[in-house]
Amino acid sequence: MRVAFTLNGRPVEVEGQGDERLLDLLRRHFRLTGTKEGCGEGECGACTVLMDGAAVLSCLTPLVQLDGRELFTVEGLEATTRGSQFLERFAAGGGTQCGACTPGIVLSAARYLSETPVVDRNGIRRALAGNICRCTGYEAIVKAIEAEGGRKDRVQLALHPSDPELTEERES
Amino acid sequence: MMTSQSSPRTLEEALRRLSEDPACIPIAGCTDWMIGARSSGFEIPPLLDLLRVEELRGIRSDGDGLRIGATTTFSDLQQDELVRKSYPVLVQAAGEVGGRQIQNRATLGGNVVNASPAGDSLPVLLALDAEVEVASLEGRRRIPFRDFHTAYRRTALGEGELLTAVILPPAPGFQSFRKVGTRQAQAISKVVVAICAENQEGRWASVRIGAGSVAATPIRLRAAEAVLEGSAVGKATAEAAADAARGEAHPIDDLRSTARYRSWVLGRVVRRMLLS
Repeated sequence: MRVAFTLNGRPVEVEGQGDERLLDLLRRHFRLTGTKEGCGEGECGACTVLMDGAAVLSCLTPLVQLDGRELFTVEGLEATTRGSQFLERFAAGGGTQCGACTPGIVLSAARYLSETPVVDRNGIRRALAGNICRCTGYEAIVKAIEAEGGRKDRVQLALHPSDPELTEERES
Repeated sequence: MMTSQSSPRTLEEALRRLSEDPACIPIAGCTDWMIGARSSGFEIPPLLDLLRVEELRGIRSDGDGLRIGATTTFSDLQQDELVRKSYPVLVQAAGEVGGRQIQNRATLGGNVVNASPAGDSLPVLLALDAEVEVASLEGRRRIPFRDFHTAYRRTALGEGELLTAVILPPAPGFQSFRKVGTRQAQAISKVVVAICAENQEGRWASVRIGAGSVAATPIRLRAAEAVLEGSAVGKATAEAAADAARGEAHPIDDLRSTARYRSWVLGRVVRRMLLS
């Protein structure tokens, strides 16, 4: 079957089996290898992407459901000015070690930071409950997100996919 | 092959697809189905995506209760004002199903139809004495939720039928939910319990206790309920109910826990919930 959707702001079309995983489409078809496969069964959060603005697991999302959706991956985050600055600060703050969980964590974090005016550690931990870090570097991860939350120029994603602010940022 | 997969927009269309091809698999949040489908290695039958069927989603008043569309997600449940106001027990359960990513996709109807004995929302629906609404091309019918899970991973859903909604009766005064897993979040339950009741001048009334992961299906703890009904709220009653609960559950040893642990923890959890 053929589905058409938006990937990091760009309209795309793809032909495949209805049960094909979004994760495989991203990595093999679109060569967007930032999204990682960890457990492949919805336990670890490494393959987190945003679909219509909400964090979802790409290993559990089949092609048949993608038509008309807005998908956003870590590559899309990096392509925005504030997104790439956030990624740099996140790394500088020790938020990443081996890096396998990082693409998923930064997307969960970016979503949380975008919807939460005043961030706190409990909120951060709840937002990251579905992302497991095998290096167990949670303390540094939480600290890096907390620090980001204290900045005026913090990462900001559109809460609704067609938010003009995000479009503008994508172009910048 | 346009017909091998489909995303109908109306319930009528979905039911017609299902009746034309009873082998097709209705899917929604896919949080359980994708794992099984991928690990089986067999050819995948045609898929029937229900997420675009408008009338299966959403929450509205139903008499003094609520009607929750089958594809309402656990995130939807946590955000809905009606649910938050009257059914905190369901909000709490919804917030403990997996992490955000799972809650954004997994649906209440999917949890019910998937029929896992560990489904987190199922003890809540037992304790609330919910009903489910199912539809086929012949029409709709309502089934008491307590009769819906007939055996391990079996439901009362007939051929050509889809689960359309969960119906909640008026909210009870006392509501409590507790889940025990390996981690605080993103864990499958070792024991999960929901209690709904009324506290009538210091005595328990209309007590219903639902429990998961302690038998082949989610179960009502009828013996513990009987102990509580009409008894004074307090420590002695809570202890007696905990003992009764341990006596009537039939947990097993599996990869997540042991029967012995589950029995013991079930009693402790029931006791603590009644004293909270």
